[in-house]
Amino acid sequence: MNAALLAPKAILGIKEDRQELSAPAVIDTSLVHPIAQPTKAHVRHLDFWYGTHQILHDVSLEIKEHCVTALIGPSGCGKTTLLRCFNRMHDLYPGNCYGGEIILNPDGLNIVCPTTDPLEMRMRIGMVFQKPNPYPKSIFENVAFGLRLRGVKGSELRDRVEWALQSAALWEETKDRLNENALSLSGGQQQRLCIARALATLPEILLLDEPTSALDPIATARIEELIDELRGRLTIIIVTHNMAQAQRVADVTAFMYLGRLVEIGPTKQIFENAAQELTREYVQGRFG
Amino acid sequence: MENMRQAIARRRRVDLIFHVLGAICTSVGIVTIALLLGFLIVKGANRISWEFFSSYPSRFPHKSGILPALVGSGLVMFVTSLLAIPIGIAAAIFLDEYAPRNWFSSLIELNITNLAGVPSIIYGLMALGVVVYWMGLGRSIAAAGITLALLILPIVITATREALRSIPREIREAAMAQGATRWQMVRHHLLPYSLSGIATGVIIALSRAIGETAPLITIGALSFIAFLPPAPIQSQPPFLSFEWLSSPFTVLPIQVFNWVSRPQPAFHEVAAAAAVVLIVFTLLLNSTAMILRKRARSRISW
Repeated sequence: MNAALLAPKAILGIKEDRQELSAPAVIDTSLVHPIAQPTKAHVRHLDFWYGTHQILHDVSLEIKEHCVTALIGPSGCGKTTLLRCFNRMHDLYPGNCYGGEIILNPDGLNIVCPTTDPLEMRMRIGMVFQKPNPYPKSIFENVAFGLRLRGVKGSELRDRVEWALQSAALWEETKDRLNENALSLSGGQQQRLCIARALATLPEILLLDEPTSALDPIATARIEELIDELRGRLTIIIVTHNMAQAQRVADVTAFMYLGRLVEIGPTKQIFENAAQELTREYVQGRFG
Repeated sequence: MENMRQAIARRRRVDLIFHVLGAICTSVGIVTIALLLGFLIVKGANRISWEFFSSYPSRFPHKSGILPALVGSGLVMFVTSLLAIPIGIAAAIFLDEYAPRNWFSSLIELNITNLAGVPSIIYGLMALGVVVYWMGLGRSIAAAGITLALLILPIVITATREALRSIPREIREAAMAQGATRWQMVRHHLLPYSLSGIATGVIIALSRAIGETAPLITIGALSFIAFLPPAPIQSQPPFLSFEWLSSPFTVLPIQVFNWVSRPQPAFHEVAAAAAVVLIVFTLLLNSTAMILRKRARSRISW
């Protein structure tokens, strides 16, 4: 409790100077990072406002290609808000405003720049939501929709739906019932269908917003297995409130608090030997 | 202990009293409909025959029929649906999915809600000035269709918006996150998922329009008509004719009104028979709406 009250001051103290803030954060990921992967997305001095209320404060971090990056932190720390910046979901609602930049490699496009087409970003970056939200259509149509938007038709469509369902480890369970309504699936299957739906269009980054928080432990374990299978093939950013999950699935973990990035580093380091006192207290469950 | 039991018994009595009172209040509606229909059927049943549907009104009550009124009601409803359904649905989609939330859209919303409460005679007066004279459509089927379409537009809009709002935000976000445009989201997701709800609202709106009398009298529907509008399909090219749109017309409720206002009791029987036809139409429409609503609920549960 005390730590939680003291923490914001501590962070504010550290981050008063922009130079001081950005330098360690960048060095943290690029020099100390054990995984020598190229950077897929580079978040630089990202601010986010909802109306006059600033939710993200000067967040800087690197998302490594083909790695799983977990965003952890207590409720309201801005981890979901940060995630939804990557595919410009905030544009759907009025009064939202971005500052800073998210550079998407290899073409170096700034995702949050007003002149960047949010549609293009959403076609290149897939998303899976907290609550399984399949369309009330057939299992096949759920996966096919994104492909149809991209003009895929006929046998190629069928092949790619099958591929996506296989990639999401759902094919064996659904191959004989592709025309059944997706709502007839169990919660865990629905969430894997949502992952298949996102995978079908070959996203460059897959955003997972607390994908297992509405699922039972067995369904959760299957999703985590799936994330593990996708590692090395796909860049994944996962928001989770479950620290054990972050430890199980993430290569890199970023700890956020009150709209700021406190620390980012290899998962093992964050959980066992964090540089910041605040991070150590959070991962040890002393607040949050 | 004894006190507690007495208190329970007292609360039970109050509960029972409301149970009975509520049942009585509910039965008021059912009994009214049953009495109304029963009374009309007893009075007019022996008049309902094939001739009744296929004859024109006449000076002689036993020869009178509702053919022009039926055709008139049908054609007017056709024009009304053609206008009110697409305009109403499009307006609702725009308001819910496209329009920015500001004072102006709130003003429009408030206005639509208010329009639903405007007395229908006012629509008649407005239509007489604007549609009949200013637009020069005269006392025609087209003018009547436009008038009733304006009348039910707020109902269609409100029902469509309600159906759209019952779709959870997550579904919209899912479609948008896949890179759909708003229109693709509406076309491939929102419309199909809310179709039953929209259809229910549209049918209820139409069943209101079919019984409307006042605005049509205001714009000058004839109450005695012994001819049919020109047929829309012709045997000679170009085969399609839109002359019927500018034809004078009558509708069922006006025909009923005309017969009721005659002094001869025999005409009152004819009126009762026509009223039965009208009520059966309305009840059929409403039952369809109910079935659709029920089907929608069982098919999709969010």
